[in-house]
Amino acid sequence: MSQPPQFTITTATNITTLCLSGRLDTKGVAAVWQRVTIAVGRAKSPTLIINLGEVDYMDMAGAAFISHLKNLDHNGTAKERSQVNGLKSAYTPLLVLAEKTDIKPAITNHLSPHSFVEQTGKNVADFLYDAKTFISFIGELIFAMVSSLKAPKNIRWGETFLMAERAGVDALPIVGLISFIVGLVMAFQAAIPMKMFGAELYVANLIGIATVRELGPLMTAIVLAGRSASAFAAEIGTMKINEEIDALTVMGMDPVKFLILPRVIALTMVTPLLTIFANLVGILGGAVVILSLGYPLVAYYNQVVNFVTWQDFTGGIIKCFVFGVLIAATGCIRGYQTQMGSSAVGQSTTRAVVSSIVLIAVFDGIFSIMYYYMGV
Amino acid sequence: MIRVENLVKKYGNIVALNNLNCRFEEEKITVILGGSGSGKSTLLRQMTGLERPDRGSVYFDGMDLISANKKNLYQKRKKMGMLFQGSALFNYLNIFENIAFPLREHTKIAENVIKTIVTMKLEMVGLRGTENLMPAQLSGGMTKRVGLARAIVMDPKIIFYDEPTSGLDPISTGVIDKLIKDLNTKLNITSVVVSHDIESCFRIADKIIILFYGDIIAEGTVDEIKNSEDLRVKQFINGEPEGPIPFTRTDKDYLDELLME
Ligand SMILES: Nc1ncnc2c1ncn2[C@@H]1O[C@H](COP(=O)(O)OP(=O)(O)O)[C@@H](O)[C@H]1O
Ligand SMILES: [Mg+2]
Repeated sequence: MSQPPQFTITTATNITTLCLSGRLDTKGVAAVWQRVTIAVGRAKSPTLIINLGEVDYMDMAGAAFISHLKNLDHNGTAKERSQVNGLKSAYTPLLVLAEKTDIKPAITNHLSPHSFVEQTGKNVADFLYDAKTFISFIGELIFAMVSSLKAPKNIRWGETFLMAERAGVDALPIVGLISFIVGLVMAFQAAIPMKMFGAELYVANLIGIATVRELGPLMTAIVLAGRSASAFAAEIGTMKINEEIDALTVMGMDPVKFLILPRVIALTMVTPLLTIFANLVGILGGAVVILSLGYPLVAYYNQVVNFVTWQDFTGGIIKCFVFGVLIAATGCIRGYQTQMGSSAVGQSTTRAVVSSIVLIAVFDGIFSIMYYYMGV
Repeated sequence: MIRVENLVKKYGNIVALNNLNCRFEEEKITVILGGSGSGKSTLLRQMTGLERPDRGSVYFDGMDLISANKKNLYQKRKKMGMLFQGSALFNYLNIFENIAFPLREHTKIAENVIKTIVTMKLEMVGLRGTENLMPAQLSGGMTKRVGLARAIVMDPKIIFYDEPTSGLDPISTGVIDKLIKDLNTKLNITSVVVSHDIESCFRIADKIIILFYGDIIAEGTVDEIKNSEDLRVKQFINGEPEGPIPFTRTDKDYLDELLME
C-alpha cells in the first residue's frame, strides 16, 4: 500500500543535494538503499546535503540509512562536509543514536579473520589442547575403572545393566541389518569376478576373514558411535547445562562413578558381544549368495571354519574392547565439555560422533599394524 | 562456619572474584547481594568445591576445602545442601525419587523409612501429594520447592541457595522466603543465599554482603546496609539507574558484556 520513498539528486559545483520524501521505515529503506547509495557515490562531490524536509516518518532503519549516507566516503572528506537539513525534531534523537552506534568494528573483534598461518596455528593448538584433555580424561577413567574393579560392589550395576540394554540389546536390529547387508553385498560383488576363475566357493574365505577381522568390529563400532556416543553426549550434556551434575557433586556423589563409569563398563561389555553377533550375521549374509549359486550350506560352513582361525576371531574381539572404551569415553567427554546455551548439546552430540569415528579409524589402523608385526 | 580468605577466581581475562575475604556465621542467614555477573554464583561454586579457585582458601568447619583431598571433601559435602538456580532436578526421576535419591545413595535406610522421610520433607515445602509427578509437570515455584526438599533431605547443617526467588511471582517468593527463614529458625540450618532481590533479602537476612564485579563493597546487618552512606550501596538498594555504578559503560565493558552472554 505505502509507496516507497522518493528521492531526487541534484549536483551543482561540488555540492550534491539529496532530497528524500515519504516513509523511511525498514521496508522503504530497503527499497531505495542501493539505488541512493549508488547515485550518491556517482555524484562524487565532496559535499553532501541531505534534505529530509519531506520525510513524514522515520524509524531506526531510516536513521541508520542517513548515517550510512553521511559516512559514505567522498574522497575521505565526507564527515565534515555532509549535512542533514529539515529533519523533524521528533526524529533527531534517532539520528543521534544511529551516529553514536555507528562504526564500532569492535564486535567482530573476536571473530576477526585470522591469517591462514595464524588460523592453522590456532587449530593445532586447539587440537593439542583437546587431545590433552582427552588423554587425561581417559587416564582418570582407567584409574576409576581399576579402583572400582577392586571393589566391584561400588559399581552401580543397575545403571550399568540398563545402559548395556539400551546400548546393546536395543542395537541388535540395526547391527544385524547392516552386517547382513554388508556380508551379502560383499559376497555378491566378489562372486562375479571369482566365478570367472571357477572359484566362487572361495568367496566364503573372503567373507569369513574380512568379517571376523575387520568388518564385524568396524560396523559394530560405527553403529555404536552413531547410537550410543551421541546418546551419552546428549544425556550428560543436558545434565550439565541443567546443573544436575553440579547437584550430584554437591550431594557428595562422584559424577565419574555415577554417570560415566556405568556407561563405559556397559559399552565395553556389549561391544564384543554385538561384534560376535555382527560376525555371525555378516557371514550368514554371505551364505545367502553362495546358496543362490547352488552350493550347499555345509560347503560354505566348512570353507569358513577351515579358513578363519581362532586368532583372527580373538584379534577382532580384542579390538572391540578398546573400541567400546573409546566410544563410551568420547561420548561422555563431549557431554561433559558441553558449554552453556541451548545449541551446545547439539554441538556436543555431533562432536561425540565425529570424534569417536575418527578414533575408531585411528585405532583400527594401529591394531592392523600391531597384528601384522605380531603375525596374527 | 565458613571463612573465605583471599579468594581469586578468573575466567580467562574476566576476574570473577577479586581477592575476597568474608565469613558466614553458624546458624545465621547470610545473603550475598549483587547484580548479574557480579560473581555470586561463582562464589558459591568455590564454597561448595565445585570449582577450584586460582588462589585463596575456603575454610569449612576449620578445614580448607581447596586443599582437601577428595574423600574429605565428599565427607564435608554431606553436610551441605544446595538449591540451584534452575533447581537441577533429575529430569528422568519423578519427584519422590528425586528427593529420595541422596538417601538411597548415602544410607541403607529401609524403603518405608525413606517413604516417611520424603513425605515429611515434601510436607515441609507444602507439596505433599506430588510424589508421582515428573519435574517437567511442575511450575517454577514448585520445582524450587522440590529442589529445596531434596537439599534438606539429608538434614544438612548448611544450605546454599542460588537465586532462590528469581523468576518467581511475589507469592511464590514469599513462600520461599518463609521456608528459608523457617529452616533457619526451626532447624538451625546455616544459610547462604545468593540473590538480587532486595526486598526478599531484607526480609530474611541476618547479614548482607554486597558484591560488585568480584569485590565486596559492603557488608553488615540489614539496618547497617539500609543506612549505608556508600553511594554504590544506596544506588543498588534503591534500584536507581544513575549513580556511581554506571549503566552506560565504556565501550569495552559493553563489548565484554555482549560477548559474555
Ligand atoms: N564457566 C565460566 N566460564 C567463563 N566465564 C564465566 C563462567 N562462569 C562465570 N563466568 C563469568 O564470571 C562472572 C561472574 O559470573 P556469575 O558468578 O555467574 O555471576 P552472577 O551469578 O552474580 O550473575 C561473569 O562475568 C561471567 O561471565
Ligand atoms: Mg548466578
